Amino acid sequence: MTPFRYERASEIAFACASAAQPTAKFIAGGTNLVDLMKLQIETPAHLVDISRLPLDRIEETAEGGLRIGALVTNSAAAAVDMRVRRRYPLLAQAILAGASTQLRNKATTGGNLLQRTRCAYFYDTTKPCNKRAPGSGCAALEGLNRMNAVLGVSDHCIAAHPSDMAVAMTALDAVVETVAPDGSARTIPIDQLYRPPGNTPHIETVLEPGELIVSVLLPPPAAGRQVYRKVRDRASFAFALVSVAAILDLHGDRVRAARVAFGGLSYKPWRSAEAEAALVGAPATRAAFDAAGTAALQNARGYGHNDFKIPLARRTLRATLSQAAGLA
Amino acid sequence: MDDWLSLQHLTSRRLFLKTTGVATLALTAPPALAETAAEAAVPPSEQVRLTINGQRYVVDLDPRTTLLDALREHLGLTGSKKGCDQGQCGACTIIVNGQRINSCLALAVMHDGDEITTIEGLAEEGALDPMQAAFVRHDGFQCGYCTPGQICSAVALLAEHDAGWPSYVTADVATAPALTDAEIAERMSGNICRCSAYPNIVAAIREVAEGGRQ
Repeated sequence: MTPFRYERASEIAFACASAAQPTAKFIAGGTNLVDLMKLQIETPAHLVDISRLPLDRIEETAEGGLRIGALVTNSAAAAVDMRVRRRYPLLAQAILAGASTQLRNKATTGGNLLQRTRCAYFYDTTKPCNKRAPGSGCAALEGLNRMNAVLGVSDHCIAAHPSDMAVAMTALDAVVETVAPDGSARTIPIDQLYRPPGNTPHIETVLEPGELIVSVLLPPPAAGRQVYRKVRDRASFAFALVSVAAILDLHGDRVRAARVAFGGLSYKPWRSAEAEAALVGAPATRAAFDAAGTAALQNARGYGHNDFKIPLARRTLRATLSQAAGLA
Repeated sequence: MDDWLSLQHLTSRRLFLKTTGVATLALTAPPALAETAAEAAVPPSEQVRLTINGQRYVVDLDPRTTLLDALREHLGLTGSKKGCDQGQCGACTIIVNGQRINSCLALAVMHDGDEITTIEGLAEEGALDPMQAAFVRHDGFQCGYCTPGQICSAVALLAEHDAGWPSYVTADVATAPALTDAEIAERMSGNICRCSAYPNIVAAIREVAEGGRQ
């Protein structure tokens, strides 16, 4: 770990101002950042500890939704809060599908959104990686890319976003609330938080230097059955190969409304307008769910080892929607 | 006193021990050392106060020091183990403010003022904690390296279950599930046992959860 100056923030404004320096970083739970600092993939010269800021509450909103503070731990949101567990089971399921209890007890809502990719070449400092060392190339393109993305990426970077939580939040139309060093606040729909890799994969979000995520706003839950399904290499404590967050609202045996987001397929949780359009008005049958999967993956591109993700995503969507529709 | 003196061999810095009811441990760098070229790149140390197993400690630490290294290398509490050092194996699991965490991924300076329980703090007055006794009875280990983390994790697991926490395998996350073997396995997935003592670990936890022989 390279040396850094440690600063414990007691106010949001000071924290943002400190973290606006180019070599500074916020730290909250630290479950991703400390790991990356040990590997010297992250080398902040100045660490701004925001873990004691008063951002650890979950509050009701006037609209009937919830505002989850950026420092609410994954366990506090998914395991403790009955409002999340009852009204947003999709979110609770997704969070509980990620990591281990030890990590969820430490990892925060804001940090989860901003965790870095788990691409093996991002972690291997002996290999090229445009995200870690801009301009060095992408070793994953021709490498062991089994875990990498198939949608929305570029030849400069095919890294996948690793979060489960963010996939559920994307299906729930969550909004990220931030404060900038100048004190201004803004809201960012979660689907617009992440920047496509293009030729600048090292710039991962639209956040400005020193801009702090203070909360995530969940609108009132959409009507319908919520289901999160994750496919991975072992039964627990592994990143997704593919995951699906779905909300399915049936009227009789037809789909009235649907929300679909995929994990493990792209640089961000991948909301599929194509799948949703294919589902609305369709019968709640496996054939219709297959058609939605075909629509969702029509522009997908495999890079060899990860070709399997494309049919796996279609099948996982079918299974998830079948579960939501009670087809068993 | 011999125990405390031995701490000096673990650190290159001076150690003071105040015997004022609580053991207060202060490790400070001699000014002359701090001015040498070799130390120039080292960030200023931070004073960290920790309550560990009911004992209060004050220790000056490089801010890069993890909670795990603070315990093992600075305070002589070597029960918590370093396995992967990247949050994947769980050997370093300790209980901080009532919650289990991976101490290898926690910077000690961020835990100033926190209350910590390590494996050394579970047994009371020489009597094993029921979970420790159950691990012994069920042979819930082979080499034993992961065991302190397994036991700290298991103790916290029971508290989480008592509080009604669901898990990934809970059918309805709005309900508090029974602690089946599948629930125990899922909730222990952050603790790897390379000797694969899992069946006996699950049996030990199940027995304590059911209020079995203690």
